[in-house]
Amino acid sequence: MDRIPILKLGGVLIVTIQVDMHDRLALALEEDLTAKIAATGARGVLIEISALEIVDSFIGRMLDNIAAISRVLDAETVVVGMRPAVAITLVELGLELTGIKTALNVERGMAMIRDRLAEDDGLGSARARYED
Amino acid sequence: MPVTKTEVLPIRSSDDVVRVRQAVRSCAVGIGLGLVDQTKIITAASELARNTLDYGGGGEVRIDVLQEGARKGVRLSFEDHGPGIADIAKALTDHYTTGGGLGLGLGGAKRLSNEFHIESTPGVGTRVTIARWK
Amino acid sequence: MAVDGTAALTQTVAAEEANILAAWFSLLKAGGALHTGRIREAELDTQARTVLEQLRDSLAAAGTDVRADAYAPLRDTLAEVSRSRAIQGFTPTDTANFVFSLKEPIYDALNRTGGKDPAAVAKGTWAASHLLDALGMHTMEVFLASREEVIGRQGQEIAELSTPVVRLWDGILALPLIGTLDSARTGVVMENLLQAIVDEEAEIAIIDITGVPTVDTLVAQHLLKAIAAARLMGADCIISGIRPQIAQTMVHLGVELNVVSKATLADAFALALKRTGRTVVRKQPSISSTAS
Repeated sequence: MDRIPILKLGGVLIVTIQVDMHDRLALALEEDLTAKIAATGARGVLIEISALEIVDSFIGRMLDNIAAISRVLDAETVVVGMRPAVAITLVELGLELTGIKTALNVERGMAMIRDRLAEDDGLGSARARYED
Repeated sequence: MPVTKTEVLPIRSSDDVVRVRQAVRSCAVGIGLGLVDQTKIITAASELARNTLDYGGGGEVRIDVLQEGARKGVRLSFEDHGPGIADIAKALTDHYTTGGGLGLGLGGAKRLSNEFHIESTPGVGTRVTIARWK
Repeated sequence: MAVDGTAALTQTVAAEEANILAAWFSLLKAGGALHTGRIREAELDTQARTVLEQLRDSLAAAGTDVRADAYAPLRDTLAEVSRSRAIQGFTPTDTANFVFSLKEPIYDALNRTGGKDPAAVAKGTWAASHLLDALGMHTMEVFLASREEVIGRQGQEIAELSTPVVRLWDGILALPLIGTLDSARTGVVMENLLQAIVDEEAEIAIIDITGVPTVDTLVAQHLLKAIAAARLMGADCIISGIRPQIAQTMVHLGVELNVVSKATLADAFALALKRTGRTVVRKQPSISSTAS
């Protein structure tokens, strides 16, 4: 069975979803991402969905899960490139995915991850200074 | 309501759910639905197909292409012989959570469609019919 | 009874077709169909000819059952005539008269051919009347449906025209809403807004509701949907133009818009600039009033 490839760019894992996923593929992606975050110590996950024409509750839940799992593993997830028709449909469906950060495209998504990590790191080093 | 084309597809596996989406897309494009309307009905179909599979123990969907005068539409009828839904009103008002649960796709599917009908008898089965018009 | 009448009618229409056509055509012209200039004589002639031919054939094949398959070509032709008249701006009466004015010529023809058999003439007349009424109804139904289609389309155009999206600055959009926000309009608003977010790569969308008369629970729901959809595409929203009365109504109704709202579009724009890391700087110092 084909699995969705995960690319690594610096400390960020990038996934591009381009196929109409069946359930096994979605679950495999969740597993693979979780394993890779842990293995690489990645601090960011970028999920690119500009090719997805349909996002139903199953995929929505998968995205929610990935965001929650990454957070536990200290990584920030951003979903980018959602199509307008998909956004409208998700809202109508009642799935607002409030647990997930979103951005318009890969550029913005990466900037968001960088900013967020800089914030976190800044906080961490401030605490270290205080404890000195 | 004159039916110009009918297709019946089994829903017995998650691959079938993908096939249902593809068949519905094909009909939606065929009757000239706009992009947003296409997305709405395919997503609603995906939700209901999943319900049929996960809660209904599998079943089938009947896809009718309709034509009434100059108006074209697509009607989908999902049927299973599963446990049925005891409290339909409650199932329709349930909100979405990430935990999942019975009938969560129903309210959404209703909002995404022009027409929505549900019949269900506990112990016998469920039939959900939705339609979208151009 | 209908069976005898049908036979008489079928024979008469076949035998007297040319006379019926001529009489019908002069009635149509006298009725003023051509006066308004909406339709040309040649076109009217073709329509009448075709309808009568198809009527003759349908009668022969299926009697007076208008719903039979044999009547499909005639129903389609009448639907075409009706639709084009709806678009050309004919009145409903004119369009109905296209069919109903066929009665007189047919009755006359029945009288001419059935002179020796008054019973057959009576039955034929009854069959003709019944048949033409049904065809007239069909024509009217199509006419009405076409008019509704036009109205629907115009409504759509109005909705689209009244939701422009304005680019205030790089990455900052404004959406001035005018009029009530119902579910149909919200759909159009969302589509325009989201497409603009993609095209302009917007980070912030300011939704100005100065022109929205009331914000009740329903309108608030629609606004929230639009905001949620914009968020999913990575754009933040600011609402502006909330009038004091609206603010009061919203609080009393328990409506909560979980998004930053500003009183004026200017305030919202200033906030948007700040959020996107910009400031507005005056280039020249202002003239001091105490300059000596």
